Amino acid sequence: MSEKKRETPLLDELEKGPWPSFVKELKKEAARPMVQDLLGQLERSYEEKVGHWKHGGLVGVMGYGGGVIGRYSDLGEEFPACAEFHTMRINQPAGWFYTSTALRTIADIWDRHGSGVTNMHGSTGDIILLGTKTQELEPTFAELTEHGFDLGGSGSDMRTPSACVGPARCEWACYDTLGAVYDFTMQFQDELHRPAFPYKYKLKFAGCPNDCVASVARSDMSFIGTWRDEIQVDQEQVKAYAASGAIDVQKDVCDRCPTRCMSWDGKTLAIDDVNCVKCMHCINAMPRALAPGNDRGAAILIGAKAPIVGGALLSSVFVPFIKMEPPYEEIKELIGRIWDIWSEHGKNRERVGEFIQRIGLGNFLEQIGLDPVPEMIVAPRANPYIFYQDDVFAQPGEEA
Amino acid sequence: MSAVTVDQVAEAMFQLVKETHGKKSLKATDLTKAMAEKFGSECTKDVCKLAIRQLMDSGRCIYSYFGGSYITLPPETP
Repeated sequence: MSEKKRETPLLDELEKGPWPSFVKELKKEAARPMVQDLLGQLERSYEEKVGHWKHGGLVGVMGYGGGVIGRYSDLGEEFPACAEFHTMRINQPAGWFYTSTALRTIADIWDRHGSGVTNMHGSTGDIILLGTKTQELEPTFAELTEHGFDLGGSGSDMRTPSACVGPARCEWACYDTLGAVYDFTMQFQDELHRPAFPYKYKLKFAGCPNDCVASVARSDMSFIGTWRDEIQVDQEQVKAYAASGAIDVQKDVCDRCPTRCMSWDGKTLAIDDVNCVKCMHCINAMPRALAPGNDRGAAILIGAKAPIVGGALLSSVFVPFIKMEPPYEEIKELIGRIWDIWSEHGKNRERVGEFIQRIGLGNFLEQIGLDPVPEMIVAPRANPYIFYQDDVFAQPGEEA
Repeated sequence: MSAVTVDQVAEAMFQLVKETHGKKSLKATDLTKAMAEKFGSECTKDVCKLAIRQLMDSGRCIYSYFGGSYITLPPETP
């Protein structure tokens, strides 16, 4: 095992300045040979501008296909303590609420079995435990499960669903994101732990269109809280904002409305709610005066991805409004139909958004039995060569 | 015709994984499609799911990750 202190002049540069530094944090654990070698290898990567990790392989825990990401150094002889440096993804609690005891428990387990280095949290939302050897995977898993934790997703499976803090700490939550994420996680345990898809599938639950979990950019299926009645307006509070001088209602609110559906005459704020696109700008600007409506639910969007294979995609509206109420049967059935068609015809490493682009939204909707609605369309088609189905134009009494 | 059992499907899947080991990587979907072909419509996706679970829980097969998740045989122990 390597006891040698590695020289890290390039990494040391990243300790300078007032901001948090991952190098500083790693050096706090540098008494561990695994972290010492990690620093050494990282310094080498900075020198050579080349990554030295090999990814994947056969590592995992018995019965599961997700939750462990194999990492091997291709400089294992030079940095033996981090020759194996596997990542474990642990399913985070809904909304990332912990007791300090729970955090200590996780940290203690990782001190015993791994490098002690964590990443709270990964982009999927999981607790990320960075760096352990193959022989430590099962003992770590056993201790984690003993304390009520489970592995999250990785590989071609449903990734660990995540949710914003929702109604626990936010007045804008249009549905119970925490309840929903728990319910869907429990429902789809098999899909989470046993990869059976062409590629990953992420579910994210955002309580309102502010989308604090960035679901519109990062999840294959987003559940974004919204409402279908009118924005609640407290005119006295609007006046108070205007009188305070802290905000110019016309300039900062009305003029920045993307659909210009608001007007302000100095006394009353009028909103043409039919044309409101629920962007949240006015509500964020005057939180004491405005609030989402009372008829709340969620819009379901589909198809976002980060640019790993192919380019990035933002998600598109799929179901403009649905009440988000347990047991969510209608939504679960919809998800099942999507998974069936995508698993059947999707190519290896093809995300559902790319699959829809390849086969066409019309075909996809037909396959999953969902009717098209105008909200699915970003802009009207400009191409004049449009082919309609004949039955659209069939006159009464006429055969289509 | 009697319904196909999870044990039968698991065994057939295992044989397929064994036959193709080192030649072709199989995903869960590949196994499910192959079983539907072999046993017909009585071999549902749910039966296949349970069969895969049985293979994994018993350790006869494991998952691998090489750019995607595959089902394979565990490495031979020396």
